[in-house]
Amino acid sequence: MLMNPEKKWKVRKLIRNSIFYSVCCVIAACCLFPFYWAIVSSLKDSAHLFSTELWPSVITLENYKTVISDTTFASSFLNSVVVASLTAIVTVGVCLMAAYPLARRRFPGRKRILMTALSVTTLPHVAVLSGMFELIRVLDIYNEKSALILAYMIITVPFTLWTMTNFMNSIPKEIEEAAIMDGATPYVILTQVFFPILGPAVVTTGLLAFISAWNEFLFALTFTLTNQARTVPVSLALFSGASQHELPYGLIMAASVLVTLPLIILVVIFQKRIISGLTAGSVKG
Amino acid sequence: MFSIDNLRIRKQKVSAASFPHWEFLAPCLFILAVCAGWPLLRTIFFSFTDATLSNLSDASFIGLDNFVDLARDQEWWQAVFNTFVIALVSVPLETFLGLIIALILHKNFRGRSWMRAIVLIPWTIPTIVSARMWAWMLNDAYGIINDLLLRMSIIDEPIPWIASNSLSIVSIILVDVWKTTPYMALLLLAGLQAVPQDCFEAADVDGIPMRRQLTTIVLPLLKPTIIVAMIFRALDAFRIFDLVYILSSGNSANATMSVFARRHLVDYADVGFGSAAATTLLFFVAFLGVLYAIFYHAKIKKIGLD
Repeated sequence: MLMNPEKKWKVRKLIRNSIFYSVCCVIAACCLFPFYWAIVSSLKDSAHLFSTELWPSVITLENYKTVISDTTFASSFLNSVVVASLTAIVTVGVCLMAAYPLARRRFPGRKRILMTALSVTTLPHVAVLSGMFELIRVLDIYNEKSALILAYMIITVPFTLWTMTNFMNSIPKEIEEAAIMDGATPYVILTQVFFPILGPAVVTTGLLAFISAWNEFLFALTFTLTNQARTVPVSLALFSGASQHELPYGLIMAASVLVTLPLIILVVIFQKRIISGLTAGSVKG
Repeated sequence: MFSIDNLRIRKQKVSAASFPHWEFLAPCLFILAVCAGWPLLRTIFFSFTDATLSNLSDASFIGLDNFVDLARDQEWWQAVFNTFVIALVSVPLETFLGLIIALILHKNFRGRSWMRAIVLIPWTIPTIVSARMWAWMLNDAYGIINDLLLRMSIIDEPIPWIASNSLSIVSIILVDVWKTTPYMALLLLAGLQAVPQDCFEAADVDGIPMRRQLTTIVLPLLKPTIIVAMIFRALDAFRIFDLVYILSSGNSANATMSVFARRHLVDYADVGFGSAAATTLLFFVAFLGVLYAIFYHAKIKKIGLD
């Protein structure tokens, strides 16, 4: 049977669209399934945990109750909030200041500073471990939250400096010139003129710094010893049952969901800004 | 009084001479020096000494002994090999999958912003959580993966994904690819968006099929971005720690260079030897970093570094 061209074209378009959307579905399923499975497992009671039904027949919040009432988990959650927030605030403040001359002035040493920051972003963190350990001991802050904030600067500052410099580069020259003509000092320009304009950039870079501090594991594992300073990734990693083969997976999954949910909400809300921040700092230039 | 000349002079004076560059830079440079520069130099210094965790301050200089020991250490070479396998397998895989996702996200379709958010999720999840989630899914007795594979009769008996040495590296690569492909996709998407849109429109008008557009327009124009993104990711893959720490469950046969270095540094308290391993890793990464800088050069011009 012959189809008229328009109909043929419609059929072809339909086929192409359905292929496209099924590829999308496969990708989405791959991205989401592990997290979905963590949620499902966390809602099962211990009798059903080992059955692989895709939706729990009996839903229980027992695991969540146990995790929330567990003081170790609660304190590490609080530690993570404190450490990640302070890291983000200090990082953004310091980098906002430094980005001003780096983005808007040409002076000797500028290129070297930016290149140094870039090379620090690629540094293997284990390469500063022993030096940092010594520093932390000298400052007598081992097993303190401040030790982690200090160590996280090496992760967050160079990246934020680059991203912030990029963002600040994009502010029109005329705005700054007008402020200068009005007699504003550099500090006033930074805090009263640039800071409001850079609001979105501050949110983006702050959020990225917060996420990397929240997720960091190597330093957190090495520089803390007790629950006093332990962050969430460490307590999750050390979370174990009576023996290696009896891991309390229901509890682990409940804790994992609790730890990840805030991040996922942040990312879904701020996805556009996060994407612009991630790419502005690295390849896009 | 308000002549143009006067204006120009004032502007020059303000912008060139009186700006307190170093006042603004000082906190940031101080932090970089204290948190990165100094510890890095100390680590390199420790690698030539017999320092231990309990005796850091008056360790004695022992020359290249640590590096000689390292070169003789079978486990170290295993760790080097594992690191290279992970980097060389996962980075190309991530690039390939990332490119597919980037091409999809570049298209204008309904549900695009949902797709973008969904794709970001694996990147958001803390590495430790991902490792735990996948360890549970890959559990040989109760894991969903084995269960699905058994039910679809692709396999006859459960596969020990994590318990077996050779397979646990496969698991590590799998989880690493799952976790970092989104980031790769974003980098490539940024590159795609920089490609002039008229190229695609002209190709569409000429009726050039998608597949040929991909090989003749997209890939050549995207090549610099792909290379830079791959090196960037390789730098990351070389220092991989968290995933391996959880998924190899302390098995030294699956350690990477970072895991090896930390184990000797902290668990065995042998700071000298551990620092030597860390310093060697640093050299591997520095070599890649030089490559990165070379390819990055063209892009750096954009923000006026030259």
